[in-house]
Amino acid sequence: MPIIKQKDYKTWKKFDRKRDLQNWLCWFLGTLIFSFCFGLISSKTIWFYVFDSHNEALDLLGRMFPPETNYFLTLIKPIWDTLNIATIGTTIGTLIAIPLAFLSANNTTPSKKFLRPLALFCIVSSRSINSVIWALLLVAVVGPGVLAGIIAIGLRSIGFCGKLLYEAIEEIDENQIEAIEATGANKAQIMTFGIVPQILPAFTSISIYRWDINIREATVVGLVGAGGIGIELDAQIGDLAWAKVSVILLAIVVAVVFSEWITAKIRRCII
Amino acid sequence: MNDKKVIWKRKPLIKNRLLRIGLILLISTYLLSVFLTTEIDWQRILEGIPRGKNFIFAFFPPDFITRSDEILAGIFESLWMTIVATIVGILISIPVSLGAAKNIAPKFVYFLSRGVITLSRSFQEVILAIFFVKLMGFGPFAGMVTLSLSTIGFFAKLLSEDIEDINKSQAEAIKSTGSSWFQWVNYGVQPQVMPRFIGLSLYRLDINFRESAVIGIVGGGGIGSTLNTAFDRYEFETAAAVLIVIISIVMIVEYTSSHLRKLIK
Repeated sequence: MPIIKQKDYKTWKKFDRKRDLQNWLCWFLGTLIFSFCFGLISSKTIWFYVFDSHNEALDLLGRMFPPETNYFLTLIKPIWDTLNIATIGTTIGTLIAIPLAFLSANNTTPSKKFLRPLALFCIVSSRSINSVIWALLLVAVVGPGVLAGIIAIGLRSIGFCGKLLYEAIEEIDENQIEAIEATGANKAQIMTFGIVPQILPAFTSISIYRWDINIREATVVGLVGAGGIGIELDAQIGDLAWAKVSVILLAIVVAVVFSEWITAKIRRCII
Repeated sequence: MNDKKVIWKRKPLIKNRLLRIGLILLISTYLLSVFLTTEIDWQRILEGIPRGKNFIFAFFPPDFITRSDEILAGIFESLWMTIVATIVGILISIPVSLGAAKNIAPKFVYFLSRGVITLSRSFQEVILAIFFVKLMGFGPFAGMVTLSLSTIGFFAKLLSEDIEDINKSQAEAIKSTGSSWFQWVNYGVQPQVMPRFIGLSLYRLDINFRESAVIGIVGGGGIGSTLNTAFDRYEFETAAAVLIVIISIVMIVEYTSSHLRKLIK
């Protein structure tokens, strides 16, 4: 931190001249990139609609209020379906993620050259395709309904759980494994008594975390026909029944806050 | 002498026996009720399997060439959208995350900011996108607004947790020099959360690109709309190409961002 002398007093500055210049350059480049990208976006935008959007929003809000409260009763089944999609999907996803994680962890994989890249590829491709796109594909295969949603959520969860789980496996304490090995345990016993107890806490918190995320994701897979509250949302938006849409949105917020509360509670119990 | 063998048994996971049995009962009734209330049309699934096979075979070979212009245009649009949305979202999240940190904000501001975060986190990007497309018309602008707003929930939540964890004595040292509030934040808080800030921005850039593939399906522009058009035209070879492009870009982004994060650490 340099001290700069001016005519008759000393003053303090945070950075010296070189750092200042570097910072300035970074900001300059950042602004340049930002304005370039924004320019490209704005060239594809019809600004009339954007400037008019507050009127549109007020109009929409006017139609949404008051919400049609007695519509809530017909929503109970879709909400139940949404919860099931999330729960069963998470279960399936974690169950498939466990072997994949063991195959892709550096210290447990049976073959580094062949199986590990394969398992890693499964994990990455499951992570990079969003659950809505999974649902879009699955609705075509198994037909619209809850099952497509469950499989979509399950497939999407594999990557997330697998990645976090194999990182947890790679971080285990080798001494404990060695101790088990010294008793003459075979591979399966090393697994159950040496590795599993060490990753169990990580596994539980990962699956709970994923369940919380999946509740949110399960609300949208219905938009492409894969069951849950999203189907109802899509139908009511299609009908322009905005007073019902607001009830659905409220239900989603309540479900999400509820799931967040439950996960926080369970996590406190475990840790 | 003593015939009794000593057998070692693993300790059960949950010590309380009542709780253990109760949990098992609870889970099995839940599974049973799910099974009973979910209508699964096995007939349709059996029909669907050959159809699914045809469907998957229709994806091969992926066709990059016929619609290469549209694929390229979609990818670039997604990239612009992602960059702008991440920057705008982060700029908005900074004040929100300051407000959502317990050790900085007064109670009223705290609850307001937490409310904003919860609201932004509860709605998936796709749902937000439906509304913004309706309000602002089709195209990347609606997608950008959606992504920026959903960035707030993620970014402000994680950053505010980091702000709450800062070293208090450093912040107090700055305060004791008689600094103003802004100087205090700039010199006492900001340097402490900077590493996390950069890591989170890179991570969010990665997420935003992935999400931009989906919001296009409801009209938010970007590579998602290319994908949707390909599906609507039954050009599954092109759709496969788009999916492959998305996967490979996500992989590249993920590798570079995790590499950069390690460098910064």
